[in-house]
Amino acid sequence: MPLEGEYMGRDVVINDLDTANQEFYSHCATGTLHLQRCRACGLMRYPTTTACPFCGHAEYDWAPVSGKGTVHSYTEVHHAIDPVFREHVPYHILLVDLDEQLGKPTEHEALRINGNLVDADGEMAGEDLVNTVGIGTRVRIVFKDMGGGIALPLWTVDEEAEQPERVWRYAQG
Amino acid sequence: MRDIDATTDRNLRGKYAIVGIGETEYTRGSGMTTRALGTRAVRAAVEDAGLTFDDVDGMLSYSGNDSIPSTVVAGDLGMRLNFYMDCQGGGSSTEALVGIAMGVIEAGLCNTVAIFRAMNGYSEFRIGGTGRSSGRSALSGDALFGRVYGQASAGQNFAHSFMRHMYDYGTTPEQVAHVKVIHSEHASNNPKAYYKNRVTVDDVLSSRMICKPLHLLDCCVETDNANCIIVTSMERAKDLRHTPAKILAVVGRCSKPRMDNHYQHGPISTVAGHYARNILWSNAGVGPEDIQVTGSYDAFTFTTMLQLEDYGFCKKGEGGDYVSSGIMRLGNKRPNNTSGGHLCEGYTHGIAMVIENVRQLRHDIDDSCPIGADGKRQHTHDHSEGGCRQVKDVELTANLGWATPNTGSALVMQRGD
Repeated sequence: MPLEGEYMGRDVVINDLDTANQEFYSHCATGTLHLQRCRACGLMRYPTTTACPFCGHAEYDWAPVSGKGTVHSYTEVHHAIDPVFREHVPYHILLVDLDEQLGKPTEHEALRINGNLVDADGEMAGEDLVNTVGIGTRVRIVFKDMGGGIALPLWTVDEEAEQPERVWRYAQG
Repeated sequence: MRDIDATTDRNLRGKYAIVGIGETEYTRGSGMTTRALGTRAVRAAVEDAGLTFDDVDGMLSYSGNDSIPSTVVAGDLGMRLNFYMDCQGGGSSTEALVGIAMGVIEAGLCNTVAIFRAMNGYSEFRIGGTGRSSGRSALSGDALFGRVYGQASAGQNFAHSFMRHMYDYGTTPEQVAHVKVIHSEHASNNPKAYYKNRVTVDDVLSSRMICKPLHLLDCCVETDNANCIIVTSMERAKDLRHTPAKILAVVGRCSKPRMDNHYQHGPISTVAGHYARNILWSNAGVGPEDIQVTGSYDAFTFTTMLQLEDYGFCKKGEGGDYVSSGIMRLGNKRPNNTSGGHLCEGYTHGIAMVIENVRQLRHDIDDSCPIGADGKRQHTHDHSEGGCRQVKDVELTANLGWATPNTGSALVMQRGD
């Protein structure tokens, strides 16, 4: 059975052959981010893959993670390509280093997860919030219910975390 | 990285050449199909080489389901092929296909190969899927990790690497804007260029923001056009019309570990050239210091900078200094994209930049210099606006093709005998 939901007015369809994504987004609907963890080498990965990118092993388990991390890079979109995003500009696409597995298996590797900056309720962040977030901001995962037993992971500022004194933001001039 | 032994006689250094080039106009609104565009470009390249359709028995093309297969173009031109292949892909395909052409000729599958790219990149299939042929489909598969977040265009996908480079190395928007400035100067000497107007750093920085750090003028133009190049052996090239552009080395779609747009393998400000350079320079038998003209893929100002840096034209992290130093300007030490490139001339997924370097190596750039009694252009080497864009006495060029931060191809060519 395909899993069918809806997000920002568009159909989301995860067909029944795409078992890893069915499981990934079903776990999101439980409110905890789960990642594939290799049964051979124990390393986790994102996004979903059919084998372990670190050792090639096919078997995996789903491991719960904190869903907390630090913004590694970002872009602030002012010209939306996709029409449904036009009313949300400027919006952030964050690339976040998850706290787990940072610097493994090699120094510059991390579980880097992309996603939009949203408010605590999962709604696209307004310009005021967009203007405060940059490289170094501590963020946490929130989930937006898409119906049909699946939810989408998104990022919001971690209100309980200790934030850096200054985050790095693109500054022209 | 596995070592490539540059001393082996298997690497075909200097054994093959680009002998023919063909272009259609760089327009917005070609008014014709990719089939008609592709046919015109292939015909132009075969004629340019001084070959007949019977001489060309191999064909290669690349596209993202936005073009026309080799069989159709060959059929329209009445060519009987001994080998053809149509590949998926955009940027970085040209150089990779040059390598494949050399391989299949060497293996005896055919003698001479036409490589073409035809696209209505403005009027029919736009990057990011907003053109005439776009549709609104349901979100599934990979779209759940990208398009669902409003991350679909090349700029949106690459921007994380660009921003991180600024964070890691202090690269500034002003430095990178020089890429567009210099390419626009070159385009002003290119009668074919879609945008011929010269712009300033202020023009770039005051153009509207697309997605940080990319202003409108940091992004390439979208155009309709087709290009073709003809590859054959140096042995056959001797009898043909033009001085051959001899191929010293090719790298084809060399990649970073764990290719994905989520950059698990950092540093994300390092691109595929970091790996490709080990193959390129050892196989070519020359190094970046020997190269006189570069063609560094300018889908964006930043892609030019990142590649020049990772291929070793400057130290890692000093790309901002390199591109703003003036070294890439016509008349200076190592001009880049003398046609104006994708930022100004037109967008062809890299093949036009190879054509430009072939012309440079022939010492026969198609600028506005007067044509002499011998039928050849009398190049003035006055690079002021509307003037000459031929680089004096150029012998060695490099093309650095970009697909994504994770994948790149490259080509070193030398003026033939």
